[in-house]
Amino acid sequence: MERKIRVLVAKPGLDGHDRGAKVVARALRDAGFEVIYTGIRQTPEMIAEAALQEDVDVVGLSILSGAHMALVPKVQEALHRVGREDVLLLVGGIIPDEDIPILQQMGVKGVFGPGTPTSAIAEFIRRELAASEPVA
Amino acid sequence: MPAPRTETVETLVTGLRAGDRRALARAISHIEDGTPLARPLLAALYSQAGRAHLIGVTGAPGTGKSTLVNGLALAYRRRGYTVGIVAVDPTSPFTGGALLGDRVRMRDLAGDPGIFIRSMATRGSLGGLAQATADVVIVLDAAGFDRILIETVGVGQSEVEIASTAHTTIVVEAPGLGDEVQAIKAGVLEIADIFAVNKADREGADRTVTALKMMLGQGVPDKYPIMHHGRLLPVTLPPLEAAPSATWVPPIHKTIAIQNQGIGELLDSIEAHRLYLEQSGTRQWRDRLRAASELRMILRDILLARVLDRTPVERLERLVSAVAERRLDPYTAARQLLDADRA
Repeated sequence: MERKIRVLVAKPGLDGHDRGAKVVARALRDAGFEVIYTGIRQTPEMIAEAALQEDVDVVGLSILSGAHMALVPKVQEALHRVGREDVLLLVGGIIPDEDIPILQQMGVKGVFGPGTPTSAIAEFIRRELAASEPVA
Repeated sequence: MPAPRTETVETLVTGLRAGDRRALARAISHIEDGTPLARPLLAALYSQAGRAHLIGVTGAPGTGKSTLVNGLALAYRRRGYTVGIVAVDPTSPFTGGALLGDRVRMRDLAGDPGIFIRSMATRGSLGGLAQATADVVIVLDAAGFDRILIETVGVGQSEVEIASTAHTTIVVEAPGLGDEVQAIKAGVLEIADIFAVNKADREGADRTVTALKMMLGQGVPDKYPIMHHGRLLPVTLPPLEAAPSATWVPPIHKTIAIQNQGIGELLDSIEAHRLYLEQSGTRQWRDRLRAASELRMILRDILLARVLDRTPVERLERLVSAVAERRLDPYTAARQLLDADRA
């Protein structure tokens, strides 16, 4: 049986704008992924716990509040605490260009701003996971 | 996620028995993905399972199942029980993808080590959806959870089957969904051990309760005992005389899950049903039934795989064409495949 790619789509922080996250969640479903959608106002601990229980390959964070530089390290710490620092971490939302290299240095593999075609996200996930999959 | 090389049946079993949630999550993935570790894992875990009480929660979309499951899990935790949750949602037959959103309604359960939630897509499991779910439940059961809630959308036959693999099945209704009782159409009425009329603050809740009561009062032949899930004996094994004769009349509860109303009473009914199953001998009898049907289903899958493995693709294609063009009937074609297999 083919292994299904599982993706957690979560919104950390306090902004309640979840349309973008929902659009991405649906697009990734249509790309053939199993998408676990957790809704708004997730704490870093809730995200890490869901990533652990659902055994996902990818965690996608949607952040529109501007708090990404504070939230991303907290989510990473929480993921580390539950032993899931191995997930492919992606961030989407309103991210100023100058923050992108810093986020990447922190370990975020992909940053997707407004206007990114959803198919690009799906392709990115497939490519990254194929590259990290252990050779049988 | 991909399996780390260090993962073995032994490390996973030891880990999940010791309460390691990562090991538990990984074991479930192996079972779901049907990896080479799946069967040895199930073999190792099967004897450890069987202690949990399995509760199926099913109903039409929009009845509030996830919120109800959230409430039940919280109530069980307050009474000191640990809870595993399997939330099943459909896989799109067109893309193979799935959107699993039940966790949105279960955020109250976050941060509690006595709870483990796993979302599951129906996929195209060869062994049938009911079997795939049952296998995942075995892992949670072996991990030591006291109660396991299995939530499914009660719209198709396979979802109904999943719910019926549970010990206690709750069918959730809600007023104002366009019909007094949705379940009449879906045919899930027969599998209910307990009814929850959720969103009971809505207009029409009493009508829904009355409609359910009326239907429960009808069509039950009184010379046969009502069996588990309200069913009359579906198969001959074990014999009818061996069936326990005590009866269970499915109670109907009004709940408002979002306000946590009626949840305690619902939980009391689940526990009453659990006691009934044990004291009447129904649980034992029912476990035998399940074992028989499980064995039959698995046997069928193995035999099917064996025949298909040995049959050259061209030969199968030729037979399919012959049947499609009505030059051959499917029974004769199947017989030919089996005979070729034997030769």
